[in-house]
Amino acid sequence: MTADAITSEQATRPPRQNRPDRRRVLSPAGRKRAAGLLLLLPALIALTMFFVLPLVSIVVDSVTDPEPGLSNYAQLFTDGYTLRVLGRTLVVALVVTAAGVLLAYPYTYMMTLAGPTTRAVMVTVVLVPFWTSMLARNFAWMVLMQDGGVVQGALGLVGLGGTRLLGTTFAVTVSMTQVLLPFMVLPMYSVMQQIDRRLLLAGQSLGASRLSSFRKVYFPLSLPGVVAGASLVFVLALGFYVTPALLGSPQNALIAQVISVRTRELLDFGGGGAMGVFMLIVTLAVLAASRRLTGLGSAARVGQMGAGQAVAGQAVAGRNER
Amino acid sequence: MSGARARPWLKIVSVLIGLFLTVPTLIVVPMSFSASDTFTFPPRQWSMKWYESLFTAPQWTDAILNSLEVGLITATLATVLGTAAAIGLARLGERVRGLVTGFLLSPIIIPNILIALVIFSAFLRAGLTGSLLGIALAHTALALPYVVIAVTARLQGMDPALQTAASSLGARPFSVFRKVTLPLALPGVLSGAVLAFVISFDEVVIALFLQSPTAVTLPVLMFNSVTVQIDPTISAASSLTVLVVSVPILLAQVIGARRGNKERQR
Repeated sequence: MTADAITSEQATRPPRQNRPDRRRVLSPAGRKRAAGLLLLLPALIALTMFFVLPLVSIVVDSVTDPEPGLSNYAQLFTDGYTLRVLGRTLVVALVVTAAGVLLAYPYTYMMTLAGPTTRAVMVTVVLVPFWTSMLARNFAWMVLMQDGGVVQGALGLVGLGGTRLLGTTFAVTVSMTQVLLPFMVLPMYSVMQQIDRRLLLAGQSLGASRLSSFRKVYFPLSLPGVVAGASLVFVLALGFYVTPALLGSPQNALIAQVISVRTRELLDFGGGGAMGVFMLIVTLAVLAASRRLTGLGSAARVGQMGAGQAVAGQAVAGRNER
Repeated sequence: MSGARARPWLKIVSVLIGLFLTVPTLIVVPMSFSASDTFTFPPRQWSMKWYESLFTAPQWTDAILNSLEVGLITATLATVLGTAAAIGLARLGERVRGLVTGFLLSPIIIPNILIALVIFSAFLRAGLTGSLLGIALAHTALALPYVVIAVTARLQGMDPALQTAASSLGARPFSVFRKVTLPLALPGVLSGAVLAFVISFDEVVIALFLQSPTAVTLPVLMFNSVTVQIDPTISAASSLTVLVVSVPILLAQVIGARRGNKERQR
């Protein structure tokens, strides 16, 4: 309001002498927008050059290379191999997501109950892996899962000695769950911390048991956070490359590994591109569905996720201004 | 507190999950002091030789320098472009702003393997593969959304009347930017720059696609040192990255919690 008032007052003042006349063609608001677009231009051009145009050219490749038509896509579903890889990837992503929800929910709930010091420790425990090198974390899992490693030894104690772990889908799933867990906790926390706990007390004072007031009041309110975290982890798991490449094996490859081999080693941009486009469609569909479910705009949710990142960024920069 | 007490089982479960989040990663620290040429855990004999290798072997020092170079170029480009874009966004009408924001943030939701694939194919045609600049340009696209988010968050908390006041007092647009907008947005700009650097420094998939013998970043060398040729120096590199990241976060959190406690006591 005040800003508009000042702007219009400014507009009624006589134009300054040294200002070129053509500026007066635009209204102050229009001028502000034009300046805004000008400031946006470099970023838009960079993103178009290094992201959008390459993406378009891959989509074009996928329907023209080696011959025009949908043969690359038809092959995805008929060569038998790709469909198995896709199925395996979907199962791994679903298991990682489900396990992630089961682990993240109680942890995040505890974060909302804890005192300030405990909560700071719990946030740190989530942020440190979030910021730690992806390679370091996957390397650690490689060491733990290797033959003669700690996990195999522990399994030996319960009579499962000699089970091979490295190179199996099981090892990939366990490690991915751990690596992606922070991405589940952060969106969940941003929703749960806003829930008014007095609603639970109100439920109990109206005669509900602790459990049913949690189930009927708290849980539904926390669902947007669960859906946001779950869809984020699911999408990240679909395209995950490092963990399956280090802990899995070519025999039980996930889609990202196959895309890498097809394009990096075989330079088959048509086939690899078709897989990539398929993955993009699944990703966008999952995000659109989660947006529907939570009633949140995707930008808002990405903003929340970004808020997690920004909090972490401030923590690193040592400027924690609360 | 507000009458809410955590049940004992919830505490135990949370501690276990906290251990699951941290302990597997922390084993890289003792690993890095192993004297063995294989990845035996726990190590039987100790040495500093992998740290020595990390800081003296040319391939590792080159990779560290390459990663720093790529990270700095990325942070500079992404911060300049992202800050300008965030300030521009704030000036747009609501509808256009939503559309443009969606476009600017889109690299966040696209799987990295797909970004790597499309950039690799484009750079192959443009002859940009195998150069550090190419990697930095690709990382800039990846890091740009995070700078936009960090700066936008900061700008949203700012009173727009301040800028209007400055220009109504006769300041030119550029000096409004230099003397009012930028100083107020600076914390957002700085955290955006740190984010962009860290994203680039840790990124492996795109860097793997674009690598060449002369353009190997630290994550790529770490990846190759367990897939192509076993090199236990990776354990020293891993534990160094864990420490470099954990200590500042831990300090910031502890200081933040203390400050919070003090404010509550007042």
